Amino acid sequence: MKVYADNAATTKLSKTALDAMMPYLTDTFGNASSLYDIGQQAHRGVKAARETVAEVINARADEVYFTSGGSEADNWAIKGVAEMMAKKGKKHIITSAFEHHAVLHTVKRLEELFGCEITYLPVYENGIVRPDDVKNAIRDDTALVTIMYANNEIGTIQPISEIGAICREKGVIFHTDAVQAVGHLPIDVKAQNIDMLSMSSHKFHGPKGIGALYIRKGIRIPNLIEGGAQESGRRAGTEAVYAMAGMAAALKEANENLESSMKKMTALRNRLIDGLLKIESSRLNGDRENRLPGNVNISFEGVEGESLLLYLDMKGVSASSGSACTSGSLDPSHVLLAIGLKHEVAHGSLRLTLCEDNTQEEIDYIIDCVPEIIERLRSMSPLWERIQKERGNV
Amino acid sequence: MEYSEKVMEHFATPHNVGKIDDADGVGEVGNAKCGDIMKMYIKVENDIITDVKFNTYGCASAIATSSMATDMIKGKPISEALKLTNKAVVEALDGLPAVKIHCSVLAEEAIKAAIKDYYEKHGIEYDKSLFVEDCCNYEHHHAE
Repeated sequence: MKVYADNAATTKLSKTALDAMMPYLTDTFGNASSLYDIGQQAHRGVKAARETVAEVINARADEVYFTSGGSEADNWAIKGVAEMMAKKGKKHIITSAFEHHAVLHTVKRLEELFGCEITYLPVYENGIVRPDDVKNAIRDDTALVTIMYANNEIGTIQPISEIGAICREKGVIFHTDAVQAVGHLPIDVKAQNIDMLSMSSHKFHGPKGIGALYIRKGIRIPNLIEGGAQESGRRAGTEAVYAMAGMAAALKEANENLESSMKKMTALRNRLIDGLLKIESSRLNGDRENRLPGNVNISFEGVEGESLLLYLDMKGVSASSGSACTSGSLDPSHVLLAIGLKHEVAHGSLRLTLCEDNTQEEIDYIIDCVPEIIERLRSMSPLWERIQKERGNV
Repeated sequence: MEYSEKVMEHFATPHNVGKIDDADGVGEVGNAKCGDIMKMYIKVENDIITDVKFNTYGCASAIATSSMATDMIKGKPISEALKLTNKAVVEALDGLPAVKIHCSVLAEEAIKAAIKDYYEKHGIEYDKSLFVEDCCNYEHHHAE
């Protein structure tokens, strides 16, 4: 059986999205800036896509700017606000310890280049930022608060509305990296007092290479990509109309099915969590309730995550891990360390992220596969042997 | 990052997995914090490594190098086993991704640690200059 359970990494392009893209990849190839008919057809495609994306998050169409993806949106938002606010002498940025690297590396760069001061809020054992911490961290020179909507590794959902209200009251710009949330959770930028929001199409069954940044009307950050007058002169580059159309179609579809897919995925997720936690010396990472409907992240003591996921791959299951060996660095995932896991427990993490296409049969297959792999890895693990000895089990 | 077929073969069905209860030498290197520990067991008769087994906690390349390295020293004189380099193990595996090279160092060190343990347990005089490196100083290799 083949089970794709790495939907937080990327998702399969939906048929609806592909169908929406095809005209712009074939006959309607015109440049959206051209005045003749085929260009205007493309222009209408861009306009319709923008309107759809805006509607889903309750923004105005002229508040949505297409980007190459979530990373560009994060870079633009953070660098833009930093540059704008530095002129007013505000160089303090508040973020959390477990943001995506598109945020963390960007604020680090601003620290090095412009002497910005960064406050990294703790995320505690449950993986959730406390609104009071945000309130207490805001200073007179705070330029920006950037807190992710939902964490990409452990799926924990942040108190965005509360943080939004605090920032609005204090007059500080609030950006949220909502790459894992858009298309998966209901979002209302107006009601939630969100000033800027990043999203990425391929996380909700749209194509890769396209995303968007919502910028609340009235916030005028400088450009990241300079050039032509596309995107109201704020983000240059010939419009990838096919990608915008695909993104909009996928988002519309995801939003229409939001309630039912959340319900279905939550049930599958809980079944998977319960099934895997039956394995000895395992733990769920991140809050059990406040987590994305499709996110499961479990650590197994005494095993290393890369081996685990490669043996799973041999069984046809695609998953991911926060071990050092999969992060390509020497340390395990910064997210798992931020919630207080010891290195060796973080190395043994397994992330399974579901989508609405996953079935109960697939979940049960995963629940069947994992224990024998854990057993196999533990049987040859000197670390497990040591743990057993320490516990007096040998 | 991509593993060679050889690496995946040795990872999928590693050779020489297990322990030797009456081992003549046991060597353990690596640490849990870094995500890999290798434990090597050897049996020695007339200076020949007659049997070798390993237990490894670690990624696919750690398991594959353990498997390959134990294959390469089994039945060999100790003097030859001591000459086994991580480079030779990596070559035998048709290469490792650059970020994984440090895993192959562990295999070489685990073998040396097991041989050293054998010498010490059996009161055999040995050339200490062969073991100058602190085998358990794993951070050192990470820093390379």
